[in-house]
Amino acid sequence: MRHTTPRPRCAPRPHRALRPGALLLALALLGSLVACGSSEEEGAPVLKWYARDEAGGVFGAAISDCNEAAEGRYTIELVPLPANADEQREQLVRRLAAEDGDIDLMNMDVPWTAEFANAGWIEEWPEDRAAAVTEGRIETTVETATYDDALYGAPLNTNAQLLWYRDDLVDEVPATWDQMVDQAEALAEEGEPHIIWTQGQRYEGLVVWFVSLLASAGGSVLDESGEEVSLETEPTREALEVMRRYSRSVAAPSALATAQEDQGRQGWETGEAAFMTNYGFVWPSANQLAPDIAADMGWAQYPGVVEGEPSRVVIGGFNIGIGAYGAHQDLAFDAASCLVGEDNQIRNATDAGLLPVSEALYSDPALTEAEAAVEGEPIERDGEPVLAFPYAETIKAALDTAVLRPQTPYYNDVSLAIISILHPTADIDPDDDVERLRDAISRALDGEGLL
Amino acid sequence: MALRGSSLSARARSERRLGWMLCAPAVTVMLVVTAYPVAYALWLSLQRYDLRFPDQREFVGLDNYAAVLGNELWWQDLLNTMVITVASVSIELVLGFALAFVMHRAIFGRALVRSSLLVPYGIITVVAAFAWRFAFDPTTGFVNGLLNTEQSWFTESWSSYVVIILAEVWKTTPFMSLLLLAGFTLVPDDAVRAARVDGASAWERLRYVIIPLMKPAIMVALLFRTLDAFRIFDSVFVMTRGAQNTENVSILGYKTLIGRLNLGLGSAVSVLIFACVLIIAFLFVKGFGTNLAQQRGES
Repeated sequence: MRHTTPRPRCAPRPHRALRPGALLLALALLGSLVACGSSEEEGAPVLKWYARDEAGGVFGAAISDCNEAAEGRYTIELVPLPANADEQREQLVRRLAAEDGDIDLMNMDVPWTAEFANAGWIEEWPEDRAAAVTEGRIETTVETATYDDALYGAPLNTNAQLLWYRDDLVDEVPATWDQMVDQAEALAEEGEPHIIWTQGQRYEGLVVWFVSLLASAGGSVLDESGEEVSLETEPTREALEVMRRYSRSVAAPSALATAQEDQGRQGWETGEAAFMTNYGFVWPSANQLAPDIAADMGWAQYPGVVEGEPSRVVIGGFNIGIGAYGAHQDLAFDAASCLVGEDNQIRNATDAGLLPVSEALYSDPALTEAEAAVEGEPIERDGEPVLAFPYAETIKAALDTAVLRPQTPYYNDVSLAIISILHPTADIDPDDDVERLRDAISRALDGEGLL
Repeated sequence: MALRGSSLSARARSERRLGWMLCAPAVTVMLVVTAYPVAYALWLSLQRYDLRFPDQREFVGLDNYAAVLGNELWWQDLLNTMVITVASVSIELVLGFALAFVMHRAIFGRALVRSSLLVPYGIITVVAAFAWRFAFDPTTGFVNGLLNTEQSWFTESWSSYVVIILAEVWKTTPFMSLLLLAGFTLVPDDAVRAARVDGASAWERLRYVIIPLMKPAIMVALLFRTLDAFRIFDSVFVMTRGAQNTENVSILGYKTLIGRLNLGLGSAVSVLIFACVLIIAFLFVKGFGTNLAQQRGES
């Protein structure tokens, strides 16, 4: 992004009559830099938006539209963050803890809301402004941006996992993990592709998996207050049992302990797998890179844990937060409201695969009829254009009943505790690990002790 | 000092003042750059201080140290660190010695041999770590193809250690061999020739003449590498992020300080790592010091 306003040039001032002593020179130079840095900027204020620069340049396009709509009141500028969510958080929290006024807007992964809001790093949305960015939005997406009954972010995009399966191998879509593993074992005996891909690496994806299973079994990590550990014994044991059984079965890929979403996609595209739990990005990718596999690709709700009980998946996505130390918060609220507008949501969805947060869009032809494209090139299979979101209805249903990750300012610590106890998943001991999980998460909630 | 106070001439005094003034910038820089951060970390480690909860900041004395030292995770990570350190440094010593010997004896292409050997050491550690990770990845890597195996290297503890240690050895053996090469130049040719005339075999010449004379160089090389290996971070972080029980003390410090923003607890971890480094250095210097004295006595 280029600056549209001219900035004052920082040129060192000429120094006359330098006396001996390098220290003096250094001090003088420092002084001139400070003087230059503090000079006023002219023209429209520049709002810095810290966000990962999504593929397809969708954020750049949204910025130009919003800048145009602002008619010179402000100019948004994208400051790219790293691709990995952990690294994004690290950079943001370091800056925010130091009260960096440079952050006007920021993309926050949904589990960060409580931490950022509690520390006072982000601004609460005033009621009148909140209405504009919550109306018509899927309820669970608004919940992810809410802390202590106040809104702290504008939902920008959302996400949830689906079950992807090979409809040439699978006759009946499994409703639970146990059924899925049974089917995979049967396929293995017949010598058919039988792998189930999911995320077993020691990172956030493992928490998503665990929390989804736990919620599907009827349990939760924290109690209602969000301050105490819950982890009801029976549901937790069932969730752990499922993780262990699968991890030790022939259905688990040998690289499960290092598998993230993309390893799953790659494995799926080789044709060795019968099932995969993953996000929608696998759809255009398979259509482009492995059209033969994509031709037999079906999707369904994430498998549950208890027969007859529907599954609940963890909700993902990003909300836009307003930095508490920025100089132009009023304008930043305006800018955020524009960036999460429905036109931008549609573009984010069709060009970068970021699912919209507005309910109505899931039945809007702009989304349901959109054709899949990679880097602007439409994807075709057998001469027919491939749709981008044929699974829109299924994912909408998953989002409506989705579960949130624990909403606590200590979320990062809780996540670390879960990861360190449950990895590698093949070594889970359901009886002992319920207690160990409780201990580790209590320690995390105290903010004391190593994790 | 024989001359003091008033007995100093005006000229001597002003020279002394000039001396101090000339030193002052260096001393200031040293204080600002090293002493201040270390002292600040010590001060932080005595507090309950989490950047996410600035209001809860309070002085807690040695509580943080008790929390760290009383946690099995610290001891586990310390053990992991030591496994990596001891294994990689001992392999490097043997390999580095052999390479130094070759470089010392190389008749032609000396400069080329020496500079090509240094290539791994010149590569940025993070970049090298990524290269190793990709090489050993079952889908993108070539190692499985080369060895005709289907191992996923980072899914088990032992194989993760193998790769991390190999990467460390590959990366820093050149440094070791360079230090040892300097040691070889300490060995006078006459001494080796004299031993040969006395009928010592090649092994005896190495065992009783060359190695004792090289001892100071070996000690320095070992000290430097041990301290480096103890603080290893990049390779482990890139390859396993501490999974498969390869988490070491540096990663623990990083997790606590940067990930959790727990400055008190994280500083306690860092100070303890610093203390470990001091202990290692002290032990080495002690051994090394007496050896130097022996050297001087003998020669």
